[in-house]
Amino acid sequence: MKILLVAEYRDGQLLGTSSELINFATSMGAESAMFLVGSENKLPSYNGRIYLADSGQAGEFNPDGHKQLLLEVIAKEQPQMVVLPHSSYGWDLAPRVALALKAAQISEVVEVRDGHLVVPACNAKLRRQLKPVTDNCVVTLQGGAFTPSEEPSGTPEVIKVEATAAGAVQFHGYEEAAATGVDLSKADIIVSAGRGIGKPENLEIIENLAKALKGEYGASRPVVDAEWADQSRQVGTTGQTVSPKLYVACGISGAIQHLAGMKKSEFVLAINTDKDAPIGEIADVLAVADLKQLVPILTEKLNAL
Amino acid sequence: MKILVCIKQVPDMESKFKVNAAGNWFDETDLAWRMNEYDEYAVEQAVQLKEQNPDAELTVLCIGPERVKETMKKALAMGCDRGYHIADNDSHLKDPFAIASLIAGYAKDQSFDLIFTGMQSQDRGSAQVGVLVAEILGIPSLTTLVEFSYADGTINAKRELEGGTKAKVSCATPALVTCQLGLNTPRYPTLPNIMKAKKKELLSVPVEELNPPALLIETLQVAPPEKKGGGLILEGDPAELADQLIKILKEKTTALA
Ligand SMILES: Cc1cc2nc3c(=O)[nH]c(=O)nc-3n(C[C@H](O)[C@H](O)[C@H](O)COP(=O)(O)OP(=O)(O)OC[C@H]3O[C@@H](n4cnc5c(N)ncnc54)[C@H](O)[C@@H]3O)c2cc1C
Ligand SMILES: Cc1cc2nc3c(=O)[nH]c(=O)nc-3n(C[C@H](O)[C@H](O)[C@H](O)COP(=O)(O)OP(=O)(O)OC[C@H]3O[C@@H](n4cnc5c(N)ncnc54)[C@H](O)[C@@H]3O)c2cc1C
Repeated sequence: MKILLVAEYRDGQLLGTSSELINFATSMGAESAMFLVGSENKLPSYNGRIYLADSGQAGEFNPDGHKQLLLEVIAKEQPQMVVLPHSSYGWDLAPRVALALKAAQISEVVEVRDGHLVVPACNAKLRRQLKPVTDNCVVTLQGGAFTPSEEPSGTPEVIKVEATAAGAVQFHGYEEAAATGVDLSKADIIVSAGRGIGKPENLEIIENLAKALKGEYGASRPVVDAEWADQSRQVGTTGQTVSPKLYVACGISGAIQHLAGMKKSEFVLAINTDKDAPIGEIADVLAVADLKQLVPILTEKLNAL
Repeated sequence: MKILVCIKQVPDMESKFKVNAAGNWFDETDLAWRMNEYDEYAVEQAVQLKEQNPDAELTVLCIGPERVKETMKKALAMGCDRGYHIADNDSHLKDPFAIASLIAGYAKDQSFDLIFTGMQSQDRGSAQVGVLVAEILGIPSLTTLVEFSYADGTINAKRELEGGTKAKVSCATPALVTCQLGLNTPRYPTLPNIMKAKKKELLSVPVEELNPPALLIETLQVAPPEKKGGGLILEGDPAELADQLIKILKEKTTALA
């Protein structure tokens, strides 16, 4: 089996997902080559061929242009599988390439089992084992699912490719998240509120527990999207990455994008009415309870210590 | 101006999921159904665009069994003008390419200026259908939007990237956009609008009339993930739970030191 890996580059940096791609190819026991729209000065450690297009010339975000380049490389390499990270870059590009190849796309692979690809469903409460019916397929990998135990080594052989196509989409630069508010990454103890708090008034219950534990409060994305909490409080892939000594997740289901931001916490306590909530997979303790009842009592008892 | 919004009906994620007898899907008994969360943002954005362009016509499309009409009625009550239902009792067995082909098949002769979809579905989450529809139709697509504006045939938008960074992008219409959480604040349908929605057109077409394509993906197995064990599960009276938790925090962490 031959796999073409599609690495990501953004704003002058090669993104770390390239090592996960390489590790995936290894775990499939496959031969691989790589494609990158990036820079000569930021190449991954890799023992293989890299088809490199210069991002200055090809455009850093140019879906049509990247698709064309990638299709040309695919025509040369003839891989059975094209693999991208399941990221804002990968999930944008993958379906474009899959359609052009008339290939099946299998999104967000978390595991390879008996040679078959496994993907999550229903907020990780189910898993599906899938098989493409087409000869070739396009695959995206869930972030963190294939992190290697050791960083790959080696120096790649670079083959330059040139972009021609302008695209229908124009890119006008980046806007960074505002660096105001709290820096949760410095907190030793974080108590986070999820959608399970039900209404904005209940955020106070969570804040009070955070105070009783002398920590900060955080939030899952729906709480921030609803403007019940400031953006700087959001934990997850599109918010803060934290690794406190204690993380208390109140009314948070444990979606992969939330877990990615807090799974390095030393101790995780989850409070949730749903015994099967996926947060239970990484929690040291899951207290099955209504947070509106349990959290105030816990706070009161802590304050009385 | 003509606008299309595609929505999916999904089970409530807090449900207990059991695998069905065929082993290829979950058992639907006792599940509560709702509009895919991402699609609520898509409907809201489409309705806002229609409100800015009073001559606009807004169609909502959904593929699925009879029950999905309830979710379509919510979209109509939020402000869509009419519904197009592709009646398919096996829609859960379709892959993203089949779903996208059906949507594109409907859209190709309708000259929509703008098509809205969710960025992904909550149950399956492959994040493919929107982009595939655009690629089949040969129109540009912008994905994962957290900001959207439209004027004079141009979309200006922001895509959300990892770590909270955004990419500023634009393209000309006709185009398709996929909507991310937080794009706007989806409205709740009011009672008068729920009543009005009952009178709106909701056309239902059997999928068999539309030549759905052959599947590209075969499902070998659906199963709950293996429990990695580890975590302790505590249940019971809240006051007793609180005492147990304090004991654990004292023993296992430095939080109370
Ligand atoms: C590209 C992308 C990026 C994302 N980035 C992030 C991110 O950075 N951070 C993030 O958090 N999410 C992110 N998300 C969203 C993520 O997928 C989930 O939708 C989100 O994390 C869910 O938040 P939640 O757990 O609070 O809500 P839900 O999933 O709705 O869960 C609510 C939980 O509360 C429990 N509950 C309900 N009532 C009670 C009660 N009374 N007492 C106790 N428990 C109760 C329920 O059982 C349930 O488990 C992202 C999604 C995408 C697609
Ligand atoms: C447990 C389980 C078993 C499954 N079994 C199979 C199987 O055996 N074989 C198989 O091929 N597939 C199977 N599916 C996949 C399922 O049918 C998918 O939901 C479908 O392929 C669409 O892909 P998606 O939901 O990932 O769409 P995404 O690409 O994540 O959805 C993006 C957007 O597309 C639009 N959209 C998606 N679906 C619809 C719709 N029905 N009507 C209108 N708009 C829509 C919405 O705007 C949505 O926000 C299974 C799914 C689950 C959860």
